[in-house]
Amino acid sequence: MLLESIAFLLGTTLMYATPLIYTSLGGTISENSGVVNIGLEGIMFMGAFIGAAIGYYTHSGWIGFLAAGVVGGLFGLLHAVACISFTADQVVSGIAINFLGPGFALLLSRLMFDGAAMTLPLPLDEKISRPLNGLFPQNSFFDVILNRYSTVYLAFFLVLVVWFVLYKTKLGLRIRSVGEHPEAAATLGIDVYKIRYMSVIASGVFAGFGGAAVSVAIVSQFRITLISGQGFIALAAMIFGKWKPQGAMWACLLFGFAQAIVVFMPRTGIEVSSQLLSMLPYILTLILLVVFVGKSVAPSADGKIYEKN
Amino acid sequence: MNNYDFDQIAVEMKGITQKFGSLVANDNIDLTVHKGEVHALLGENGAGKTTLVNSLYGLYHPTSGDIFINGEKVVMDTPNVAIGHGIGMVHQHFMLIKPFTVVENIILGKETHKHGVLDMERATKEVMELSERYGLTIDPTACIQDITVGMQQRVEILKTLYRGADILILDEPTAVLTPQEILDLIKIINNLTDQGKTIIIITHKLKEIKDVADFCTIIRRGKKIDTVKVADVSESDLASMMVGREVSFKVDKEESEPGDIVLEVNDLHVKDNRDIPAVEGLSLKVRRGEILGIAGVDGNGQNELVDALTGIRKAESGEVLVNGNNILGLNPRGILDHKVSTIPQDRQKRGLVLEYSIAENIIIENYKKAPFSRKGWLNFPAIREYARKLVKEFDVRPDDENYISGSLSGGNQQKVIIAREISNNPDLLIAVQPTRGLDVGAIEYVHKALVAQRDKGKAVLLISLELDEVINVSDRIGVIYEGKIVGEVKAEGADENEIGLMMAGGSNS
Repeated sequence: MLLESIAFLLGTTLMYATPLIYTSLGGTISENSGVVNIGLEGIMFMGAFIGAAIGYYTHSGWIGFLAAGVVGGLFGLLHAVACISFTADQVVSGIAINFLGPGFALLLSRLMFDGAAMTLPLPLDEKISRPLNGLFPQNSFFDVILNRYSTVYLAFFLVLVVWFVLYKTKLGLRIRSVGEHPEAAATLGIDVYKIRYMSVIASGVFAGFGGAAVSVAIVSQFRITLISGQGFIALAAMIFGKWKPQGAMWACLLFGFAQAIVVFMPRTGIEVSSQLLSMLPYILTLILLVVFVGKSVAPSADGKIYEKN
Repeated sequence: MNNYDFDQIAVEMKGITQKFGSLVANDNIDLTVHKGEVHALLGENGAGKTTLVNSLYGLYHPTSGDIFINGEKVVMDTPNVAIGHGIGMVHQHFMLIKPFTVVENIILGKETHKHGVLDMERATKEVMELSERYGLTIDPTACIQDITVGMQQRVEILKTLYRGADILILDEPTAVLTPQEILDLIKIINNLTDQGKTIIIITHKLKEIKDVADFCTIIRRGKKIDTVKVADVSESDLASMMVGREVSFKVDKEESEPGDIVLEVNDLHVKDNRDIPAVEGLSLKVRRGEILGIAGVDGNGQNELVDALTGIRKAESGEVLVNGNNILGLNPRGILDHKVSTIPQDRQKRGLVLEYSIAENIIIENYKKAPFSRKGWLNFPAIREYARKLVKEFDVRPDDENYISGSLSGGNQQKVIIAREISNNPDLLIAVQPTRGLDVGAIEYVHKALVAQRDKGKAVLLISLELDEVINVSDRIGVIYEGKIVGEVKAEGADENEIGLMMAGGSNS
């Protein structure tokens, strides 16, 4: 019973942490290049819709997932044009995207699905695959933890990739340099705008993946309550993780664990109001931000407008 | 010095004119720099030195004039063109990325890599080779935020050498250095010219020009005054060419007549930001009508002492009496009310709100009082009238009280602060590095203002890293070392070597 509970908690943690990991990786890339992207919530929302809708029409969760990345990238491009080329305030542009994403997703949903605010569900076999299915005896300890959708493994793999790119490659050095001191980077012949464009577009792609990781893997359709703040939680995770991909990953796992407790508690028979329980991840976000935000250090030029001479 | 080759001209700028709207920043300037020489550009703040080198480095595009590098005419469109022609520039405000390591900063933009993956081993090796070759000591794996300003400057120089620079432009390189670091820099410059590098150095410190430069071109109000061989001229010749009139280095002052004690500090203990004791049992006294100068190497507790005296930082223990009243533990406004005024070390961070106008900065300590405000409403006509009076009296240029403080030159920013602090009519004036980054004209002005306060019977506490300044301006000198006053001498006839020894922790006997 205890082992079963542990397995359930860990497995559920992985499941719920996954969309957060994608999105917080996006935030990490963008903010390391010096652009704050609070529009990730709206992009995630859009990604969830695109993933489910395209997945439904193409009969492939994977195509939906990739399409969500592409559309997320386009929203990232929009944010980049506003904040980099037109030097708009990054927070204002992000808020606009947070209105635009859900609004646009809802409009398309009503147009494509007979006025419904949700998409039609993907059949189980068209969702993202579970490559380890059958490797362990069904419902055994490891099966419950590790038998997950491919998007889960991909998320952790991408943590490694983003870490490697940021800290081990020429591109990563340049991304971090424009986030710390764009003027210095510019005097060394680095194209600050180009690097920031790439990073912000990448953040959109990742947030799009994050949204689709909910709608074509965890569940099998898009609903308007599906994302409800996960983009913001992912941003909090990025801050709690000190703007580092591995840090953000651990923070996402913590939030995922909070979500797992929300799902787990009713099974224990302990009576806790479900409304109170579902507040848990959000309260955790608040507490962590209050306690840790002052202490972690953002890239120096994060959120600051840079203009070429 | 004297490594230059008269037959080879590294840089030739002919008839450079640079206009910004109606302002002529450079007016038909010629500059010839030979290979292997150290060429100083001397001029007051705003004379046009930096504008001239910025056009050499491709940051500005001259309205007219030509630039020749090693005899070849070059159009400097961007810094990349300049870098391609072997020109490197060390900016006055370092262009370094603080959380990055030394090597990362040096290779950024020209990284050693295999298929995009950084090859830090090769980078470190290449950087260390350069470092050893030119005697630029660095710690390759340290982060910029953890190393000294002197080492940061060596990193900046290495950045240019790593890009193959043969002609180095150093913009005010000594402004941020300690005396020891300045000596190190001079050695480095000699090393560089020994190996055939050409150096253009912008400065307004005459002593350094005498120490390091072969030739000096003097620029005044955008025009070239002359190019002289440094060995043939004296410091005062250079100064009068720069300012256009005779300048006195010696501060003229009468013997002081000390009166009652104004400031008395007893056994003060203050910790620094890292919670390490910085001021450890410091005691001093300043009387009416005298200037006490505090000499010392940077980082011996000067900043923490000033912070504690002005109420910015909490002291651990001790006593600070102003006219007999303990001010320790009061907030900055409470200390102001005890007639203590301060000229802070960093005029841009603590002295002024750069976004505010001159008038707003002038009343920033007294805005609550009549006539500047009534019942919470600011009385702008009264504020402007008062500011206009001070701007005239202290000769702030431009003489427009609505001018934004951040656009003033350093010397004029300092004048605004001095005007504000002196017009408070303090009993104690604390001046911290009051001439930092100022040109000789402005320095003379500040020194006279301090002596004038003394002559009015005020007590003045001068804290400076420039030993010359402390000796010239003060009546008494206290030497600070590791948070204590380790020795005290009369300024008149003071022995620079003796003070230097105490500053380094040597004994006073």
